[in-house]
Amino acid sequence: MSIPASRSSTAVRMVTGLFHQPYVWAIVALILLLIVNLTKNPGYLGVSVNPATGNLSGNVIDILRASAPIMMIAVGMTLVIATRGIDLSVGSVMAVAGAVSMEFMNNTGTGSFGTAIVAVLLALGISAVLGTLNGILVSIVGLQPFITTLVMMLAGRGLAKVITSGQNTSATNESFRWIANGTFLGFPVVFVIAVLIVAVLAALVRRTALGLMIESIGINPKAARMAGIRPVGILVSVYIVSAVLAGVAGIFSTASVMTVEVAKTGMTAEMDAILAVVIGGTSLAGGKFSLTGSIIGALLIATLDKTIVYMSIPSSATPAFKAIVIVIICLLQSPRVRSMFNRRRTRVIIAEKETVQA
Amino acid sequence: MATTAPAVTEPIVEMENISIEFPGVKALQNVNFRLFPGEVHTLMGENGAGKSTLIKALTGVYKIDSGTITVGGVQRRFAGTADAQNAGISTVYQEVNLCDNLTVGENVMLGHEIRGPIGINWRKTHEAAHEALIRLGLGDLDPRQPLSSISLALQQLVAISRAMVTDSTVLILDEPTSSLDANEVEGLFTVIRRLRDEGVAILFVSHFLDQVYAISDRLTVLRNGIVVGEHQTAELSRNQLISEMIGKDVETLNSLGSHRSRVVHSGGAPFYSAKDLTRKGSIEPVDIEVHAGEVVGLAGLLGSGRTELGRLIYGADKPDSGVVTIDGKTTDVTSPVGALAQKIAFSTENRRDEGIVGDLTVRENLVLAVQARRGWARPLSRKEQAAICDKYLTELNVRPADPERTVKNLSGGNQQKVLLGRWLATQPELLILDEPTRGIDVGAKAEIQETIVALADDGMSVIFISSELEEVVRLSERIIVLKDRRKIGEIVNGPLVTAESIVDLIASEGIVS
Repeated sequence: MSIPASRSSTAVRMVTGLFHQPYVWAIVALILLLIVNLTKNPGYLGVSVNPATGNLSGNVIDILRASAPIMMIAVGMTLVIATRGIDLSVGSVMAVAGAVSMEFMNNTGTGSFGTAIVAVLLALGISAVLGTLNGILVSIVGLQPFITTLVMMLAGRGLAKVITSGQNTSATNESFRWIANGTFLGFPVVFVIAVLIVAVLAALVRRTALGLMIESIGINPKAARMAGIRPVGILVSVYIVSAVLAGVAGIFSTASVMTVEVAKTGMTAEMDAILAVVIGGTSLAGGKFSLTGSIIGALLIATLDKTIVYMSIPSSATPAFKAIVIVIICLLQSPRVRSMFNRRRTRVIIAEKETVQA
Repeated sequence: MATTAPAVTEPIVEMENISIEFPGVKALQNVNFRLFPGEVHTLMGENGAGKSTLIKALTGVYKIDSGTITVGGVQRRFAGTADAQNAGISTVYQEVNLCDNLTVGENVMLGHEIRGPIGINWRKTHEAAHEALIRLGLGDLDPRQPLSSISLALQQLVAISRAMVTDSTVLILDEPTSSLDANEVEGLFTVIRRLRDEGVAILFVSHFLDQVYAISDRLTVLRNGIVVGEHQTAELSRNQLISEMIGKDVETLNSLGSHRSRVVHSGGAPFYSAKDLTRKGSIEPVDIEVHAGEVVGLAGLLGSGRTELGRLIYGADKPDSGVVTIDGKTTDVTSPVGALAQKIAFSTENRRDEGIVGDLTVRENLVLAVQARRGWARPLSRKEQAAICDKYLTELNVRPADPERTVKNLSGGNQQKVLLGRWLATQPELLILDEPTRGIDVGAKAEIQETIVALADDGMSVIFISSELEEVVRLSERIIVLKDRRKIGEIVNGPLVTAESIVDLIASEGIVS
């Protein structure tokens, strides 16, 4: 998106540009958390290679593995929030996706590769259906996104229980399990899949005009309509994308234990996703969005969760600890605090601009 | 003491060598400005000249980069709007900033409620509000009635009462008349004169020259962030004023007159025609025809249905019935998407709510409609986008001509040009312009009018909607006159047609029966 400039100033621009990104504090917080962990164990960041399998292992790899499901729902949530919406149903959709795949594999019981494929497709299919319902209710019927997806959040959890008859269902299928526990070129498969999906989605949004249209609808829906943008298709699409990605997240988080806990899988995941989006600098009011920011937000939340465990903070205190870190980041990002920091920088940048023009 | 120079020689507000710079723009450069007690002082200038910036510096919204502000003999440093209010400076903005759901009295006294031992004493608060209203000659207004039940003009006066509750010595009125009719303006002026005679210093901003001459004692003219003149209103002719504002010869404006009096479309099939186009509650059945290269004006008062008809043609509102023929083919236009596909574009009168997408850049706003028509899957390349930006930023003289600037940071006139560019980029054959020149300065207005004439000369059909009848008469070849959501007549423009002819038609219609 940057305008070509002379090479010497490109690096400077990238650094100053980074400082103007709203997610700069999320990066700082991420680094600080890692430093905190390092002080407890200087070898924390170490990544070792298993000579036999070539697999990477270490805390960082664990964080990447844990961040994959959060990344999925955070990216979907970003697009929904950009259109002035919100998707509270992602956690429940995770449970539904997990329930469908586990129930299917449990009932067929073959444990073959083909069964795993069908299980994945079924999970994604039902997620897409739920997403379509959300999208239609929001865009065509005109219900408020908050209410629509709140209802879907309750209904989805219920649906998951109906599918498994209220039981926590387990299944055995090595192919399915590989998604969560396997490795690809040494990296966890979940992380590789997540990165691929994000890359495809980012290209879809930014290389086509989809991002521009989503932002237009989020900033000024009336003006977008007058400019000839059809909002219905775009709205339905973002809710489908959000739900399908939640389905992927559901597969990720059930595959690692090969069990769906209908009352726990994806519980409060929507909160993690919304937090990742907000930390990443996308306004809840809609409009301009940053996928990069949301990914950094997802990484931060995964790191935070791991750190809490690593620092052996008592489990009763973890929610409070998490809340404090997130509040600090949000404070640092607030327009008022940001303008305090920016005021000093603006002058430098103006001076730079003028020399470029001259 | 109506228009004489103020008797007091000490200014209440003195701004010296004020400079304000935004990234890439010098909004104000060494501006000196004086405001005396008991005068109405008008700030004149094109959009982007620095009027708003100067006002925002005086009200503490913007921090000044250099210079001094002295109010009432004391040098001040405003860190926020509260500082300015404490210094006795109150502002009434263009859009009324009141709470619709509260009563008149509550609005007047908001933040200054009179307290008793157990919270707010509403009886006394409303009495105080009543007194504040009496001060402006609004004693008849019941402070207990809800604000939403009174007219916009009265709300404006309530906003002024509210400003005066704090015993302000300086009152800033930023385009207070833009949504008022002639009688209401007169009522407002009575109040302004009353306050002036009490010794309040009033800073007035308006685009309407007649009003400026009717109310102001002195005026300061800004251009490109620099003061180009400070005058006694009585000593400055309108032509001089306009030349100072736009900095070029007034001939450009005058040369536009009578340009469109030629009639070339006596025969031939129209590009667009609609028979009995109607929508319940919006407009009664209307017939309209527009030929290629023709400017058809829609004239009528506010609420006459002129905007509604434009929206109906564009499909922004869905017509109930009517037969539409475009380029000889019978068709339906039921949505903006459909209209754009048939080469119809519509520029709304509601620039902020329905026009610009504020947080996007100028470039993104310019390409939006073209991109929407192509669909999301076929994005315009960087090069194509740059070509569109180059073409329309230059042709329409958008300032600053920076495609990557966020559009909401442009002045109103330049936003309007960006919007015009957006529609022109779709290469429409019928362009509907609803109030394209409202709320923008004389220079931009002339430029937009010139553009319209040039477009029609190139063969585009234009439907031109404006509340300024002179403008409609100057630009249109045919004028459709609307009243009370009905078409009451159609005038073929000619040398004898003036704004008066339309007024006569509107006034006489209905009296016959």
